[in-house]
Amino acid sequence: MGRKLLLENINVPGINTFEVYRQKGGYRAVEKALKSMSPEDVVEEVKKSGLRGRGGAGFPTGMKWSFLAKPEGKPRYLVCNGDESEPGTFKDRYLMTYIPHLLIEGMIVSSYALGANTSYIYVRGEMMPQIRILEKAIAEAKNAGLLGKNILGSGYDLELYVQPGGGAYICGEETALIESLEGKRGNPRIKPPFPAISGLYNCPTVVNNVESIAATVPIINDGADEYAKMGIGRSTGTKLISASGNLNKPGVYEIELGVSVEEFIYSDEYCGGIANGKRMKAVVAGGSSVPILPANLILKTANGENRLITYESLADGGFATGTMLGSGGFVVFDEDQCIVRNTWNYSRFYHHESCGQCSPCREGTGWMEKVLHRLEYGHGKLSDIDLLVDVSKKIEGNTICPLGDAAAWPVASAIRHFRDEFEWHVTHPDEAMQRNYGLAHYADPLPKPEGVTAN
Amino acid sequence: MLKISNTEEVIFSPELVTKFNEIVSRYPEDKQKSALLPILHLVQAEYGWISTPAMDKVAEYLDLKPIEVYEVATFYTMFFLKPQGKYVLEVCRTGPCCLVGAEKIMKYIEQKLNVKEGEVTPDGLFSWRGVECLAACGTGPVLQIGPEYTYYENLTEAKVDELIDGLRLKTAENAQMI
Ligand SMILES: Cc1cc2nc3c(=O)[nH]c(=O)nc-3n(C[C@H](O)[C@H](O)[C@H](O)COP(=O)(O)O)c2cc1C
Ligand code: SF4
Ligand code: FES
Repeated sequence: MGRKLLLENINVPGINTFEVYRQKGGYRAVEKALKSMSPEDVVEEVKKSGLRGRGGAGFPTGMKWSFLAKPEGKPRYLVCNGDESEPGTFKDRYLMTYIPHLLIEGMIVSSYALGANTSYIYVRGEMMPQIRILEKAIAEAKNAGLLGKNILGSGYDLELYVQPGGGAYICGEETALIESLEGKRGNPRIKPPFPAISGLYNCPTVVNNVESIAATVPIINDGADEYAKMGIGRSTGTKLISASGNLNKPGVYEIELGVSVEEFIYSDEYCGGIANGKRMKAVVAGGSSVPILPANLILKTANGENRLITYESLADGGFATGTMLGSGGFVVFDEDQCIVRNTWNYSRFYHHESCGQCSPCREGTGWMEKVLHRLEYGHGKLSDIDLLVDVSKKIEGNTICPLGDAAAWPVASAIRHFRDEFEWHVTHPDEAMQRNYGLAHYADPLPKPEGVTAN
Repeated sequence: MLKISNTEEVIFSPELVTKFNEIVSRYPEDKQKSALLPILHLVQAEYGWISTPAMDKVAEYLDLKPIEVYEVATFYTMFFLKPQGKYVLEVCRTGPCCLVGAEKIMKYIEQKLNVKEGEVTPDGLFSWRGVECLAACGTGPVLQIGPEYTYYENLTEAKVDELIDGLRLKTAENAQMI
C-alpha cells in the first residue's frame, strides 16, 4: 500500500467529528504553526514542499502565496475553491464529506500564513449536504478555541465562513468565483490585475483548491522535506485521483505521484481493471477539459516509456501524443463507448456553461455542439470534421478565461486520435445509430512525436 | 413549503429575516451584496421557487436595485424562476455519468413520471431535469433533490422506483394525517 497523507484516517469511525479528528492528531499543524512559526516560515515551508495547486493548473502554491500584495490598511483574503464542477472530478466532495476538519485545519494554517483574518470556503450550491458538514465542523473548531479571536493565545484572529454557489461551472474559475462571492454573475475578470493584487472586494486575495489547502497540514506536521521526498521530480507529494467510468472499482484514491497509469487502472489496490471483462478504449486523465487519449497512448508515451501519474509524464509528447494531470479526474472508457457521442456531450456541457462574455467561446462552443450533434445523429458531412478542428483553433487562446481552451481541447484531441470513428459516423450513418464503432484500429501504429504537431 | 404565485406580494417571516441577518454579518460592512446567493437559496427553500415579488423583496432587504437580483437569479441554474413540482429530481447528464447509464435513467424517469423535462406532474408532486456533473461521477448515475439537495447515487431503475414510490407514499400519508 502506498503511503497516504490526506486520507490516512479516512476509515476511522467518527473521523468527521472534532473529538476523533483531534484524538488522531488533528490540529497539530495549527498548534505548530501558530506557536512556533512565523507566517513567513509557513509560506517558506509550503514553497520548499514543492506542492502544486491541485485545482487543475498545477501552479506552485508557495510561490502563489509569496505574490500576495501586502498594502497597509487593506485586509487580505484566502478563498478556498470548493466549486468542484469539472466533469470527472469528485475528490473535494469526498474530502469535505468524510474528513471536513482536515480542510478546516488547512484553512487556519493557510490563513495564518497569508495574514488573512476572514476566510471563505466557496462550495458549489449543489453540495448543500457538504456545506452543512463544514458549518458543523467550523462550529466545533470554534468551540475548541481554534477559530475566532486570539486562537490558542497566539494573538491571531480568524473567522471562517462557507459560501454556497448557485450552479455554474464557470464559478470554479478563480475570478468568476470572486465575482460570485461578491454576489454577482460569475463572469471571469480580465487579468491583470491578478487576485493577488486585487481580488475579493478589490483586496489582495489567494484562491486555492480544497486539496491544496488540505495538503498544507501534512506539510507543516512532517516538514517540507518529508513531503518532497514523496513523488518524482517536480511532482511532489500525493494526489487525490477521482476515478470514474467503466471501472471495477471507481472511487477516490490517494496515490503517491509517480504511480504508473497501468498500475492505477489495473491493479487491485486501485481501480481493479475495466468492468465486465471489457477492454479499455480511452481515458480522459485530468477532468473533462484535458485532451482524451486512446488506451495505447495513456499507458505508454510515444517513446514507449510507461506513462506515470505525474504532471510531467502525463504531459509528455505535448498535445500531439500527451495530455495533462489537470484536476486528477480519470474517466475511463470501455470498448463499447462512442467517442463521437462523448465529445458531443462535452461540447454541450461547455456551451451550456459558457458565461457568454467572449464571442469565440459563446458562439464557438454552440457551433461545435451543433456540428457534433449532427455527426452523432447521422446527418454529418466529412467536411464537418475539419470544420470542428477549425472552430476549436479559433476558440483556443482567444478568450478571457481558459474555459474556451477547455472546450476546444477535448474536441481537437478526439478528432486527432479517433478521426476514423468520426468518419465512420459520416460514411455509415445508419449503422452508427445501431451500434458503436468499438476498438477498430485507432491511433495505431503509435504516431512518431516529431511527425505530429499540436492540432 | 408555502405556495405563491408570481403576482402575490411576499412577506418574509421573522425567522427567515433572522437567518438573513446572520448571513449578512459574515461580510465586511457595505458588502451585504455578498449575501445574495445564500439568501436566494433560503427563499427558494421556503417557497419552492423564486418569484419576481420575492426578488424585489430581497433587493429591498439588501438595499440593491431589483435588476441586480434578477441578473444573478437568471445566471445561476439552481434558481427556479417558475413553480416546480414539490420534488425536483435533478439528474446528472454529463459525460462520465453517461458512460454508466445516465441517459437510460433519464428516459426511465421521463416514462415513469410521464412528463417531459421541466414539466410538473398533474398532482404537482414531481418535476425533473438534466443537470451538469454533480461531483459524484464515481457513484453515477446520480440525482439530487432540493432543498436539502440529498444525493441518490448508483441509480438503477429499481432504485428510481423505490425513490419515487416512496415519496408518493409519504405525501399520501401526510395528507391523511391532516
Ligand atoms: C472554467 C474553469 C473551471 C475551474 N474549476 C475549478 C474548480 O472547480 N475547482 C478548483 O479548485 N479550481 C478550478 N479552476 C482553477 C481555478 O481557476 C484556480 O486556478 C484554482 O482554484 C487555484 O487553486 P490551486 O492553485 O490550489 O489549484 C477552474 C478554472 C477554470 C478556467
Ligand atoms: S472564455 Fe467563455 S466562459 Fe470564459 S470569459 Fe469568455 S465566454 Fe466566459
Ligand atoms: S458526470 Fe455525473 S456526477 Fe460527474
